[in-house]
Amino acid sequence: MSILLDKNTRVVIQGMTGKEGSFHAREAIKFGTKIVAGMTPGKGGQEFDGIPVFNRVIDAVEKEGANASGIFCPAAFAADAILEAAEAGIKLIACMTEGVPVLEMVKVKKALRGTGSRLIGPNCPGITTPGVGKIGFMPNFIHKEGNVGIVSRSGTLTYEVIYQLTSLGIGQSTSIGIGGDPIVGTTFTDALELFESDSQTDLVVLIGEIGGTAEEEAAQLIKKNMTKKVVTFIAGQTAPPGKRMGHAGAIISGGKGTAEEKVKTLKDAGAIVESNPANIGMAAKRTLEEQGLL
Amino acid sequence: MREYGIPVPKGSVTKRASQAGKIASDLGSEKVVIKAQIHAGGRGKGGGIKLASSPEEAEKAAQEIIGMQLVTHQTGPEGKKVKKVLIEEAQEIRQELYVGIVIDRSQSSEQPVIMASAAGGMDIEEVASKTPEKIIKVGANPVTSFSIFQGRKIAFGLGLDKPLIGELSAILNNLYRLFIEKDASLVEINPLIITENNRFLALDAKINFDDDALYRHPRIKGLRDPDEEDPLEVIAKEAEVNYIKLDGNVGCMVNGAGLAMTTMDLIKMAGGEPANFLDVGGTASPERIEKAFRILTSDKNVKAILVNIFGGIVRCDRVALGIIEAASNMDLKLPMVVRLQGTNSEEARKIMAESTVRFEVAEGLYEAAEKAAKMVI
Repeated sequence: MSILLDKNTRVVIQGMTGKEGSFHAREAIKFGTKIVAGMTPGKGGQEFDGIPVFNRVIDAVEKEGANASGIFCPAAFAADAILEAAEAGIKLIACMTEGVPVLEMVKVKKALRGTGSRLIGPNCPGITTPGVGKIGFMPNFIHKEGNVGIVSRSGTLTYEVIYQLTSLGIGQSTSIGIGGDPIVGTTFTDALELFESDSQTDLVVLIGEIGGTAEEEAAQLIKKNMTKKVVTFIAGQTAPPGKRMGHAGAIISGGKGTAEEKVKTLKDAGAIVESNPANIGMAAKRTLEEQGLL
Repeated sequence: MREYGIPVPKGSVTKRASQAGKIASDLGSEKVVIKAQIHAGGRGKGGGIKLASSPEEAEKAAQEIIGMQLVTHQTGPEGKKVKKVLIEEAQEIRQELYVGIVIDRSQSSEQPVIMASAAGGMDIEEVASKTPEKIIKVGANPVTSFSIFQGRKIAFGLGLDKPLIGELSAILNNLYRLFIEKDASLVEINPLIITENNRFLALDAKINFDDDALYRHPRIKGLRDPDEEDPLEVIAKEAEVNYIKLDGNVGCMVNGAGLAMTTMDLIKMAGGEPANFLDVGGTASPERIEKAFRILTSDKNVKAILVNIFGGIVRCDRVALGIIEAASNMDLKLPMVVRLQGTNSEEARKIMAESTVRFEVAEGLYEAAEKAAKMVI
């Protein structure tokens, strides 16, 4: 078993008739994903490559049995699209849209509590399970089925790491890009918990970056609850401190958020920290070998 | 702030020192303060804030401040040139408070947090790191928004006199409304003073706005001051390229922010110094690539270029065409390392090999950085 996506996942694409939505829906179908419906307000009744398009998400749920959604709509409508999917009872919502105002995400995240819907993103490449399917736009050819779970705040850097693994002959159970925004639906700790309880996953690669406290929170969970090894990399070690204004950011983070702080916290928690991004795949391979899991 | 009912002193801004005397005498206040207007804190310590007791003194102070290169801990060592000053009535200060609102990203919160401290004024960051208990924080759930009890919690926590409790609560509530209605990511008043007459006044404030929400705030968008931004970064913004200038000499062009930061890390690891952060974005077209090239080469410190593209949505063959077009249009002479990996990278390599553009190819991540670093040594 992988996490979140399986053979029963039936995907509706919100914004399917748009430029991005249509291109990536076709790519996902090539990858084997069951895309059962599209949704674009005003285009209901049309077909897209033989797939029905609806005006409302609820129609895709009732008529086509959709239970997952991929959102590709413009930023101004993304929060609305997430809420519509959740209200329609969609359990897995991946929002790829970039540029959603932070205060909208603050509200959406609170609104999703207790609904049973899981959000991935926004501003993320989505989720891919090789051999099953994908929601989002990770390139198809980089993946290979296997036992390494990947969770990342980045986009292209994630592809890079997946590609390194695949080139070394190491496959992935599931790869999740959680998105780089200040407030995201699924966090590092959520993903780590899912991988910990997934029988297909033997090792997790976590790609973090400077800013925020997500890596520190991940470190706490690794220390307390993870029996599986976690290989990590923190991007932005040489980035100069931002030209920030005011003091509130520094006050709220209390000195956290720097690369050194994150590396130290992760090491202390027992994670393997690779400092050379070109060697992340190698670090994962070595760790699997040491554990006799290759 | 005035619009939101937050008390601020009377005053006005000028670019001309000769106006400062008139502004000061019009204020009718015995003493005035002349404050440098730049987008950075720590101005007082850097000599950007002066007190004056007469219009003549005000003019003299304005003369000294306008045109100075003001260096504070938030401007970087090169400082910022002061082009404007604010002249406002001076206040008799009984106490300085700090109040601020920011979004707390930590998982247990993920909502706006209102912060206050009785130790306001200068060095608030030091207060935060050395004595965090002196800062009172309350989270505001967007559903219930800011509640009166939270205002009381802060006001009593600060140990204020009774008559001031309700007033501070109202100021915080107004500040919270401003934060939400204007899509701010940071609002901060430091100091919020209590005057000798027991009134609150916001003497200095900073507001950051969420770039992603500016589309619905045209008035705030209009407040942008290009003088306060790096000219190259302004051009980049218009080209929708994410660019930050740094001090090194290896210019880099990458797709994706995470990979761009990683490429910078690698350049440094290989013994070079990155000249910039540049993310061409997820849908880099040949036009955008040319613009990106123009931006990164207009930094005269750049002695070599590293292109690192991992094609997902971006197709490498189109990137290759963009590079060739840009290089020939611009008559690019700088040595260049190109790494194109991912979608259509084979085609891209063929296109690059057949072109007249001079460059070195790299397959691996580290190899690319090493080759670029060698070019500048």
